[in-house]
Amino acid sequence: MIESSLHYRLAVLNADYARAIDDDRLEAWPEFFLDRCLYKVTTADNHHKGLEAGIIYAESKAMLKDRVSALRKANIYERQRYRHVVGLAAILAQEAGTVCTESPFLVARIMRDGHTDLFATGRYIDRVSVNAGDLKFIERLVVCDSARFDTLVALPL
Amino acid sequence: MHATNALTVPPRSARAWAPGVLTRVPYWLYQDADVFRAEQQRLFEGPVWNYLCLEAELERPGDYRSTFAGRMPVIVTRDADGEIYAFENRCAHRGALLSLEDGGNVRDFQCVYHAWTYDLKGNLKGVAFQEGIGGKGGMPKSFCMEEHGPRKLRTATVCGLVFGSLAEDVSSIEEYLGDAVLRRVERVLAKPVTVIGRFTQALPNNWKLYVENVKDSYHASLLHLFFTTFRLNRLTQRGGVIVSETGAHHVSWSALDPEVAGQEDGSYSEQGIRSESGDYRLADPGMLEGRDEFGDGITLQILSVFPGFVLQQIQNSIAVRQVLPKGIQSTDLNWTYLGFTDDTPEMRTLRLRQSNLVGPAGFVSMEDGAVGGFVQRGIASAGDEQAVVEMGGEGAETQDFRATETSVRGFWKAYRACMAL
Repeated sequence: MIESSLHYRLAVLNADYARAIDDDRLEAWPEFFLDRCLYKVTTADNHHKGLEAGIIYAESKAMLKDRVSALRKANIYERQRYRHVVGLAAILAQEAGTVCTESPFLVARIMRDGHTDLFATGRYIDRVSVNAGDLKFIERLVVCDSARFDTLVALPL
Repeated sequence: MHATNALTVPPRSARAWAPGVLTRVPYWLYQDADVFRAEQQRLFEGPVWNYLCLEAELERPGDYRSTFAGRMPVIVTRDADGEIYAFENRCAHRGALLSLEDGGNVRDFQCVYHAWTYDLKGNLKGVAFQEGIGGKGGMPKSFCMEEHGPRKLRTATVCGLVFGSLAEDVSSIEEYLGDAVLRRVERVLAKPVTVIGRFTQALPNNWKLYVENVKDSYHASLLHLFFTTFRLNRLTQRGGVIVSETGAHHVSWSALDPEVAGQEDGSYSEQGIRSESGDYRLADPGMLEGRDEFGDGITLQILSVFPGFVLQQIQNSIAVRQVLPKGIQSTDLNWTYLGFTDDTPEMRTLRLRQSNLVGPAGFVSMEDGAVGGFVQRGIASAGDEQAVVEMGGEGAETQDFRATETSVRGFWKAYRACMAL
């Protein structure tokens, strides 16, 4: 079935995406996106009200690479890791070569002293290019359920 | 077997702070519960103006926002008379919150607990079953609604910012800010704003550590590499610090100097400072593209109003920040990202891109969310030790350089006056 195979491919995409971040292979993270893309981290409240700003707002794969190099070379943050758990993608719409999906996520943050918190919950609202080869994000909106972010958001969600 | 007097606990030393000194800050100020309690009473409910919200959030009669003055929950409204009112978000009956939402549009406020009703000015207008039921029960005949109500705040607006004060004798907002600071507010907020996003950053530290961080122009290009490398803000740039007469408020600013731009003066590498990184370049410099929208070449202006308000212009990224104490070691930092109502789509896009610089994930601000916690943890057993605040002198005057802690000392000058400490 075409739908089930698409569900499968989206599950693989989300699994690979989560592992890249959680395994500290941040350099692989921009590669899940097209060169021209949108990656935004915002809140459910802003999203609902149509307020456009995000705490992270990238309009190109190059901007995502810049975020990685800033995290590696410039920004100061205490050593930490994430653990993503991403639920199954619901397919909301399909058009030529593009699929619109929504997937729930939980992200735990593990600090260097072992302190572990449920850092963020929310949903990925995605537009995914499903042309030949690997699926790529045209757009990934990270819509966090809460408007409250603890201390800082260093690693991408 | 018990050792009877093997251990004697020395008495806790008296919490001392040499009178009038601004160059030493004892760490117990960030730790003691009695200080925290006194701050609410003497400072946030004292002769200060607390930032409450934006006029843009109260456009129509009946619009309201739930906010805080320190720890006091506050409702700000626009009444049918067009005026702005503020009162404690607390029912006069049993003390429950009157508003459970962040904002909205209402005709009145009714407490969910026993349905006491208040108008948009915070006046008690109705008591459920005041006459009892079937002639039984009810309030005594002597009960007078005018004598009961949540505490009211004086309100003042300047450039679309709404402030509130619990004190009767606080000076006008213009006088409170002083000319120099007021002009710098007007510089940024010269036309109507619109909210483009709201975020809260939960800081693991005492509120004063964040306010000091905002006022500390010394750290900016040392802690934040992003600034330094991209010449958004270097201490070697043209800039300065304005401190208001009372010390309470400050403006730190820097501007690109076309004559110096592009030249390296070597100050940072000579100091062996970590935040110098020569080979760091952006793959997509579009994020830093800005416009000189205020026409004066100032690329950065950080302005604070005592006790807990910040107006920020970093290139075209405009935001207000509200600093709210939540506990001795926990603080909410409320970010409201702004655009202007007359922004072109291109201008708005620039602001959205540049918002990457600020906020909880900001390239030049994320460290500020953590560094207060580093101090709070570092001083865990050092209540009787003191911080050293001597950079750039001992006073709290306006200076035309930024390798200084003058505005941090200004904060303590105003704090000591307010707290009678």
